[in-house]
Amino acid sequence: MSDETTIVHKKFVDQYHDSVSLMQLSATLCKVPGVDEASAVMATEGNLKLIADAGLLSGIEPVPNELLVVIRGDADAVAEAMDIAEASLDRKVSGETGDNVELTPPRGIEMALDQMAEANLALISTPGEYAAAETLKALRLGLNAMVFSDNVDLADELMLKRFARDHDLLVMGPDCGTAIVNGVPLGFANFVRRGPIGVVAASGTGLQQVTCLIDRLGQGITQAIGTGGHDLDEHIGGITMLHGLRALEADDETKIIVLISKPPAPEIADHVVDVAARADKPTVVNFIGSQPMAKGVVEGRQHIHWARTLEDAATTAVALASGTEPDLELAAESVPAEAVDAARRLTTRQRYIRGLYSGGTFCFEALQILGTKLGTVYSNTPLREHCRLTNPWQSRGHTLIDLGDDEFTRGRPHPIIDHRLRNERLLEESADPDVGVILFDVVLGYGAHDDPVEEMVPVLWKAMGNADKVGRNVVFVASVCGTENDPQNLARQEAALRQAKVLLANSNAQAVRLAASVIERATVG
Amino acid sequence: MPKQCAWPLRSLSARQLDDVGALSMTKLFDQELQVVSVGLPAFAESVRANGAPVVAVDWQPPAGGNAKAGMTLAKLVNDPKIDAANGKAFELFTSSRPVLEGVEIAGDVLPGMAPRMILHAGPPIGWDDMCGPMKGAIVGAILFEGWAESRKDALALAASGEIPYGPCQHCNAVGPMAGVISPSMPVWVVRNDAQGNRAYSNLNEGLGKVLRFGAHDPETIDRLRWMADTLAPTLNTALAHIGGLEIKPLMAQALHMGDELHNRNAAASGLLLKRLLPGFLCEKVVCEDATAVSEFIAGNDHFFLNLSMAACKSMLDAAHGVADSSLVTAMARNGVEFGIRTSGTSGRWFKAPAPMVDGLLFPGYDVSDCALDLGDSAIAETAGLGGFAMAAAPAIVQFVGGSPAEAVANTRAMAAITHGPNTAFTLPTLGFAGTPSGIDARKVVDCRLEPIINTGIAHRKAGVGQVGAGITRAPLACFVQAVSALANIRAS
Repeated sequence: MSDETTIVHKKFVDQYHDSVSLMQLSATLCKVPGVDEASAVMATEGNLKLIADAGLLSGIEPVPNELLVVIRGDADAVAEAMDIAEASLDRKVSGETGDNVELTPPRGIEMALDQMAEANLALISTPGEYAAAETLKALRLGLNAMVFSDNVDLADELMLKRFARDHDLLVMGPDCGTAIVNGVPLGFANFVRRGPIGVVAASGTGLQQVTCLIDRLGQGITQAIGTGGHDLDEHIGGITMLHGLRALEADDETKIIVLISKPPAPEIADHVVDVAARADKPTVVNFIGSQPMAKGVVEGRQHIHWARTLEDAATTAVALASGTEPDLELAAESVPAEAVDAARRLTTRQRYIRGLYSGGTFCFEALQILGTKLGTVYSNTPLREHCRLTNPWQSRGHTLIDLGDDEFTRGRPHPIIDHRLRNERLLEESADPDVGVILFDVVLGYGAHDDPVEEMVPVLWKAMGNADKVGRNVVFVASVCGTENDPQNLARQEAALRQAKVLLANSNAQAVRLAASVIERATVG
Repeated sequence: MPKQCAWPLRSLSARQLDDVGALSMTKLFDQELQVVSVGLPAFAESVRANGAPVVAVDWQPPAGGNAKAGMTLAKLVNDPKIDAANGKAFELFTSSRPVLEGVEIAGDVLPGMAPRMILHAGPPIGWDDMCGPMKGAIVGAILFEGWAESRKDALALAASGEIPYGPCQHCNAVGPMAGVISPSMPVWVVRNDAQGNRAYSNLNEGLGKVLRFGAHDPETIDRLRWMADTLAPTLNTALAHIGGLEIKPLMAQALHMGDELHNRNAAASGLLLKRLLPGFLCEKVVCEDATAVSEFIAGNDHFFLNLSMAACKSMLDAAHGVADSSLVTAMARNGVEFGIRTSGTSGRWFKAPAPMVDGLLFPGYDVSDCALDLGDSAIAETAGLGGFAMAAAPAIVQFVGGSPAEAVANTRAMAAITHGPNTAFTLPTLGFAGTPSGIDARKVVDCRLEPIINTGIAHRKAGVGQVGAGITRAPLACFVQAVSALANIRAS
């Protein structure tokens, strides 16, 4: 190494290069560590003056066809840079035309349409504050839209839904977690076979449950339209559900319609059912948990079939599609022998059910069913305020937790994707000597965890092992929401859970009843 | 890997909402589902896994995270009134026929140029805020006009408030770099034969120590005098001899010869000289002048630039003032701020701080020597040339260490933010497709794709001259403001 600064120059005869190429070469040479200044120029009068002004070199005779390279820096660096210059100038025309340069990917919806002129649906999953604008763009460009994003302002939702309605476009959401359009699952959705049943649902997991059960019962769907959770709010007025309903009425492939929602505003419910009743297609309605009101609503409306649970809705729709009578009572009351057996293994102290849900609607449905069977059920998302857990991380009595609720998902992935939080809670609950049954859901499909049982089974064994050490048993009851054609495969997931001694039901409603009957039998003794 | 953009361009605004019947919900169930995914990549993947065609948008929050700006834009997307207005403005632009009328004295012909007024590049700016090269050029202009005898006196006069300053563009003119035009300077006069409007530009002085980079030494002033006394009248005589000159065909030809007509004007300057030559050699021009003028033009590869800029200005002024139009009719920099104007927002400038230019520097200079982006020359890009026509001039892309393929990619990218191709200017490497023209402020904001500008780099100190050349981008903030202003006009 030398600390001395030297200036070296070299002439290249009969070497004409474009000034731009030479500036580029100069820039390359300047980047060699230890080089202070470097310049590659054609030896014209003007260029030589520039080099002299820069204090690099003077007294060179101009020869316009001669290329001059001047480098200043420490000796080693200058030598290295000059080698680079020589190698670079010696380079033959190479194949480096940069043909593999990536073209600009579309940076907006309109730009995307330039690549896909026949696009007919935009799937929007941006952060909520930007979702309304992107959706409006899509609608204005004539696209139908599914808006997965949540936290969209209600006024914006109304604006979007009115715009879509006025232009005969479908807008599913905001806050629409799942839909199946023309057989293609969108968002968190399952691969459900095609068939004659069309579904419109204001509940994501509700839609998944109904479509998966239809698939399990051997039927299929035309479309599953999600409306988003706020559609049947009095401010929105069920615009998307009504629009979806009409679209399914007009659709020749759809023979049976299923409408799903958490309890809507009463006047909205009435209006929706009224519109459904005027159609000439049998329509199954499940406004989860709203029961007695339904009788009045349904009266005189022979096309309307009221379902008590999501499972009933699926069963009824399948029966209508197959031209048979739905066997609802049997589904409701059957208690498998293994449940009776399980109840026998519980101590008298083990009186409580703890439900750990990843699907919000499953938790809601469970609260409805369990409430009528067991009385007070605590929750972080209770049906009645006095049943709210003061600390959602701490269960008491019968408790059902929606782990997908905001307080658990802030800064964490949703429990449908990430099982860690539920696994921790499951170990805690099973260590509680008052707990007899742990109830949970497993949601399959696109967007869900690749292999839920892989995450869960080791934890189930650990929980059973821990209980065994203190001379107890814990009963696990679950339902898996999915289909054979889902990436995770329903049969494989269920088999693995059965091996881990989980009592499985076909639906959430059945799982809840099963859990209740285990506890009832155990406490009766 | 994204699919290749369609080329030649179709008009993206072709999706009229009135006519979406074929795409609407009622028909959705009878069609193959084709999805545009905006947001989570995994959702696009699962659609693809199920065999449905999907295009995933490379989405980012709009306007650097300004949700309100995003909604403002959304309300203007595919707006039939704006689309119609843009169609009209674009038609005015493309149907323009700029013809070189001659060279006149600025004070005699520039509309709105007051006596003792000095024009400058870019949006309006006061003396105190001007960058070094612009101040230097104004001092030079004062010396050239003879309003002061010394540099010191000229500086005092410049700062005194007695000299009215205004943008060239307010007088239908454009000037590269400092863009300084004073009343006695000769200007190109370009008449748009189709719409009848005229546009103007000063004459290019060559490289090195020149007024547009802020030089005002005696050599510079003497050159300006020669240009006024000899070059201008000789050009007029030659033009009279050849009988005017239509400019667009010459520009089109230059694009086929490796120019993009902003940073590279070598072919066009040669073509212009070739066209003028018989005029220089006619009996009305004395031999000595013919030699000097030919030498001057032959020695300056950018001689055509200013004429090209005036032609672009005449085409864009024709497209200015169409109510509801979101097409950009001017992009200009004063060395401190970058400003744009759109057709439907009358005379307003939408401004943001002028960016640095990413480029290669002449020997002896580094980034600390560079002035910020400067000059009216971005009128070239506004007209679909320069950075937008980079596919015509692969050598230009080397300024940022790119490749010919990148030059093509840059032109293709600009197609996404423009109204359509200008068939008068075609690009051989793209199968003779027209240059992407008519920047739509809405599309710039939607795609967050800032217009590419090829440009020279001035030294930040007056009079040093050009220190390099490179590529820069028109700041997104200008377009966000323009869209918001258009929305306000539409709402009121």
